[in-house]
Amino acid sequence: MQGGILLPRLDRAGLAFGAVALGLAILIPVLNLLVSTDSPFHVPPHVVALMGKYLCYALLALSVDLVWGYCGILSLGHGAFFALGGYAMGMYLMRQIGPRGMYGHPTLPDFMVFLNWPELPWYWLGFDQFWFAALMVLLVPGLLAGLLGWLAFRSRVTGVYLSIITQAMTFALLLAFFRNDMGFGGNNGLTDFKDILGASIQADGTRSALFAASAIALALGFILCRWIVRSKLGRVLIAIRDAESRTRFLGYRVEQYKLLVFVTSACMAGVAGALYVPQVGIINPGEFSPANSIEAVIWVAVGGRGTLIGSVIGAVLVNFGKTLLTNALPEVWLFALGGLFIAVTLFLPRGIVGLWTGYWTRRREKQAASITTQPVTEGQ
Amino acid sequence: MRMLLLLLSLLVTPLAWGQATGPLIDALATDDYAAKEQALTALTETGDPAIVPALKALEGGQLYRRLTDDKVVIGRENGDNISLTDPLSGDTLGSVPAGDLELIRVNNRLRRAIGASLGALTLRSPDAAVRRTAAEAVFVNRDAAALPLLEAALAEEQDAKVKRSLQQARAAILLADANLGTEEKLSSIATIADKGGQAALALLNPLTGSTEPAVAKAATEAVRLIDNKLAWAAAAQNIIYGMSLGSVLLLAAIGLAVTFGVMGVINMAHGEMVMLGAYTTYVVQDLIRAHAPGLFDWSLLIALPLAFIVAGGVGILIERGIIRFLYGRPLETLLATWGLSLVLQQAVRSLFGPTNMEVGNPDWMAGAFQVGEVTITYGRMWIFLFGLIVFAALMLLLRRTPLGLQMRAVTQNRSMARAMGIRTARVDALTFGLGSGIAGLAGVALSQIDNVSPNLGQGYIIDSFMIVIFGGVGNLWGTLVGALSLGIVNKLLEPLAGAVLGKILVLVGIILFIQARPRGLFALKGRAIEH
Repeated sequence: MQGGILLPRLDRAGLAFGAVALGLAILIPVLNLLVSTDSPFHVPPHVVALMGKYLCYALLALSVDLVWGYCGILSLGHGAFFALGGYAMGMYLMRQIGPRGMYGHPTLPDFMVFLNWPELPWYWLGFDQFWFAALMVLLVPGLLAGLLGWLAFRSRVTGVYLSIITQAMTFALLLAFFRNDMGFGGNNGLTDFKDILGASIQADGTRSALFAASAIALALGFILCRWIVRSKLGRVLIAIRDAESRTRFLGYRVEQYKLLVFVTSACMAGVAGALYVPQVGIINPGEFSPANSIEAVIWVAVGGRGTLIGSVIGAVLVNFGKTLLTNALPEVWLFALGGLFIAVTLFLPRGIVGLWTGYWTRRREKQAASITTQPVTEGQ
Repeated sequence: MRMLLLLLSLLVTPLAWGQATGPLIDALATDDYAAKEQALTALTETGDPAIVPALKALEGGQLYRRLTDDKVVIGRENGDNISLTDPLSGDTLGSVPAGDLELIRVNNRLRRAIGASLGALTLRSPDAAVRRTAAEAVFVNRDAAALPLLEAALAEEQDAKVKRSLQQARAAILLADANLGTEEKLSSIATIADKGGQAALALLNPLTGSTEPAVAKAATEAVRLIDNKLAWAAAAQNIIYGMSLGSVLLLAAIGLAVTFGVMGVINMAHGEMVMLGAYTTYVVQDLIRAHAPGLFDWSLLIALPLAFIVAGGVGILIERGIIRFLYGRPLETLLATWGLSLVLQQAVRSLFGPTNMEVGNPDWMAGAFQVGEVTITYGRMWIFLFGLIVFAALMLLLRRTPLGLQMRAVTQNRSMARAMGIRTARVDALTFGLGSGIAGLAGVALSQIDNVSPNLGQGYIIDSFMIVIFGGVGNLWGTLVGALSLGIVNKLLEPLAGAVLGKILVLVGIILFIQARPRGLFALKGRAIEH
């Protein structure tokens, strides 16, 4: 509530979303920890972890919506930023295992002992500190996005070319992280985590805390995105989306705006990945697969591109459907997902939120029309 | 004089053959391996080609001792019984139960000796190719016992190539002799250096540490020369591999060059069209195996038009059913076709199962041939040629037929083309069908070298897009150059950086290349592309 006083420009939607997310962040842990297991209101720990996972996906979808919905950059590589954030967190969690690994080595993670690494490679240094890992969660995806974006936007690589290049980027990272000598655990990735910030990662309390952290991160991400898209910056972004050349001719440095929003979005995806990893307990190169990135895009498309709230709804709904279907009818899931891609692009170009707002707009127009002009003579 | 002697010996030896070898062969029937080896040496020294079948049978575990009369015979399993033939004359000796025979066993040492003997004995075969193989075998075995036979063969050899091989084999045997004079060592080294290859390197390497300075120097020099030659051969081999990979990429990308390059449609399901082509090949082969096994060698040629029709038909359906509603919205097209690729993959997985399908190679695709030090498999060669043929055919179609003219007209200026009476919707469908059909053709070729599984297409889609972008969208020549150069660069990087890192470097390289030339290698000039 205080946010509303500190940031007077914060709009109702942002506030409402923040309030709902905050409510969830309190409600779910309470229902998990304080309500007895017999009660119908009790939320079992695995459901908490599952919902936490959805919220991380929602944050990823939000970051995709920011660049795709408001700036017209269809990134097919946001899964890479997500995974990089996840790896940064995974490295911190690996260092926290300390001498409790299977081989009992004081500093080296198990897979390095197994592969005969003599000592910790330089890029693993510092990851025993949480603040450093947290910094890297933002910095590594941000730097990669900055580099790629700077190169691409400067050369005016746009549209599908950019999409395919971002896809190639995540594909290259996928191949790279599969290599054992990269020092990131090869195809097994990083797993067997024990502690986070001194608390056992398996404990119900930690899971609830992680869920609450995900909800708060999602709320902050949403408020940040709202703030961006409603500011003057956001207006320019929409102008770039709709008429890039015209915006450039009007004197805006299009590539700088794009770069800024692309890097911001990548950092958000990195945070989502970092929160995702402790809740699922593993990060492996599969997260880099191009299919993951493109799935995140379809969440946004289902919910409604360029609406922010739509991406959150889409991510939660599609993943909920995925959980249900892959359990009940695993064969059908790919048909359903594929069909969703086709159906949404053909029949629901503005997504669920678009459908909703469209319905209300039409209804209001109809009401307005019936009030002002009693005898309707001409068609709408 | 020498010729006369030789002629004489040729006249005389056949008389001596046969009489002496019979008892020598029977001497093989002993349990003592040393005695067996002696018998083998004695047999080899006769130089009688008639013992070759017996030695081959011995090597293959088909030479037996008949318990009734201790005679050595060749036996081939025939149901429960073993049918016998005479080891020298090849006459059939009826069949006996296995209990009447005792197998003459060989150990590894003996097996090596047999190999050397066979090499030496076939040195005078009437077939030049056989003689050459025999000389190569002697070169590798370096059996001193073969030297007399080798020299005799050398004296009467007419064929220059075989003669060179014989001389090299002789040099190899001579070098193994520690008492050889320096002069002869030097000339042997020169002969072997002339041969080149890994086997020669193995022979010469120990000599670089020789106590005689002249020999050590000559050997070092020869090793350096051979290493140099081998490095060039390895580079040439890598370029051949690269061209082969490039032709595979070309086949996968060329259909995309039509749908993406010419039409501007992002078809993420392109890889699945390739997969459909591969599965068509599988179905065709399956039917042929079941109903007309004799046609198997023709299976690929039968599959080609069918794969084109299947993939092209699915392509036309996709265009009519989905893509035509999304023209002008490339990002939505990308998403819809990605969804389609998921559906197609799962459909194939549900129909055929998730495992790899067995697609056989016809005889004319199997095997390899040698050009210098470079090995080329027939399969790769045909795929390379096929890639070029498809490319040329597509070029002709686009440049020389009314349909190609209409396609180019529609892509350059749709409304003007329509105003001139071209049915643009029909041309769109046909163009997309053509691109997909070519992907189907690629699938037939890929089924020969890759695993036919539902994920087949996934492995090629990103590479294909990269090639089309790299070569320049809308330019088929760019696709050709892009595919071949990417293939070659990939294979040249592989030995330096490893397969995966090489691929990553290529991807990063392309991303950087796009910075410098956003419109690709062969960009279309003019403002038409600035949509």
